[in-house]
Amino acid sequence: MIINHPLLGPRDAQEFVYLGDANLINRPDGLKDGAVDAFHDYLYLRDNPAGEHRELWYHEQGDRSWLVVTRNTVTHEIISVEIARDVARKMGRSK
Amino acid sequence: MRYSGWSVIREALTGHKGWTPAWRDPEPQAAYDIIVVGGGGHGLATAYYLAKEFGQAKIAVLEKGYIGGGNVGRNTTIIRSNYLLDGNQPFYEFSLKLWEGLEQDFNYNAMVSQRGIINLFHTDAQRDAYTRRGNSMILHGADAEMLDRDQVRAMYPFLNFDNARFPIKGALMQRRGGTVRHDAVAWGYARGADQRGVDIIQNCEVKGIRIEHGRVMGVDTTRGFIGAKKIGVAVAGSSSKVMAHAGMRLPMESHVLQAFVSEGLKPVIDGVMTYGAGHFYVSQSDKGGLVFGGDIDGYNSYAQRGNMPVVEDVAEGGMSLMPMIGRARLLRMWGGIMDMSMDGSPIIDKTDIDGLYFNGGWCYGGFKATPASGWCFAHLLATDQSHKTATAYRFDRFRKGLMIDEKGQGAQPNLH
Repeated sequence: MIINHPLLGPRDAQEFVYLGDANLINRPDGLKDGAVDAFHDYLYLRDNPAGEHRELWYHEQGDRSWLVVTRNTVTHEIISVEIARDVARKMGRSK
Repeated sequence: MRYSGWSVIREALTGHKGWTPAWRDPEPQAAYDIIVVGGGGHGLATAYYLAKEFGQAKIAVLEKGYIGGGNVGRNTTIIRSNYLLDGNQPFYEFSLKLWEGLEQDFNYNAMVSQRGIINLFHTDAQRDAYTRRGNSMILHGADAEMLDRDQVRAMYPFLNFDNARFPIKGALMQRRGGTVRHDAVAWGYARGADQRGVDIIQNCEVKGIRIEHGRVMGVDTTRGFIGAKKIGVAVAGSSSKVMAHAGMRLPMESHVLQAFVSEGLKPVIDGVMTYGAGHFYVSQSDKGGLVFGGDIDGYNSYAQRGNMPVVEDVAEGGMSLMPMIGRARLLRMWGGIMDMSMDGSPIIDKTDIDGLYFNGGWCYGGFKATPASGWCFAHLLATDQSHKTATAYRFDRFRKGLMIDEKGQGAQPNLH
């Protein structure tokens, strides 16, 4: 698979380390009520869809950026690639 | 009909006109007591033991494709019970004991071959770890022995013993481990279940699970609605897809695992072997092909095919262990989809919905578990109680911190 890095252009997926569902960006607030349940769901449960899947890849053998890759899990087609930092900021995160 | 030496001779003398289909192809009835979703090894074994050991009637197995067309025909056919942890080892040892009596039990030649499995070690630390594992196996009633370098060399003189980086120092051996013809397992269980009145319904994909007031009513399928008092889902690989029909999210990801077969060779490997310095394992089929595999590809996939980097990695593992493998040509390779769970261990448990039961999360160790998985799931479906060897395989183990993590990797499915 070739991941089209927004800054570096097309790079082989072998340069990356795969983490999993991009929802891992949304770490729950540990001080809120129900944090234990929220952390259980955050850490252990996954949507695991057949089809489009947003997922985190780390460019370990490159510029060490975290990317959010939208990929089809049935065909392995990569649909879009974003910098994870930009994605998190769009969702209102400060850093 | 019952298969025996006499039936083979009788049919040979009468032109093989008396053989009948091994199982029926029935139309689905309007309702069943128990529906098992998934006609793979685990689903068929579940139906077989439900009918045979737990006296249940009115059982159906629903299979979206055909019998033997899924993961039961896509594995590397290895059976063993060389686990370390309390939650796992008794279960897998129960499974190995069932394998040992399986062919007589269901009257089908599954070619169960206890040819022995060795796990090679390459460092002193690894020897200690395998000694500990072997002791754990023995304490749980399984067999294990440590082989030194010379004993391994006597068995497999062609291995790369003096590899400068990973010299072979010995191996943990389980003589009762081995291989089984995987298709015959599916066929044998299907035939045995069918003979006991189970309806095996192929080309019947579950499209929805009907739930009213927190209780299952039945399943919507490509062949219409089928009612059920209890539904057992055993569809490892596609568990998340099927359980999503019941509104559940599971502690697992689906990943693709590749396997490989070389061209047919003269007998060279008479057992099963795993490499301790890379992820590579190999055995030789009765037809002569080297059957081998390695790591999962490592990203979520439902594609049933993998990519080249893992092919290269597996080939490198093979070359490092037994350089002569480089002279063999690859005949075929394929991918299968695994439920990779959050701790690398399976789940056999009730759900919060009355009448809905789940069996999955087998990672890439599902084949060896087939008989015990079926037995324990049948036990749960019939009695509402976990079988004594499967009490640890619960959904709530993640909430309670009771993970069964053989590799100690944490909640990272692609590393198990």
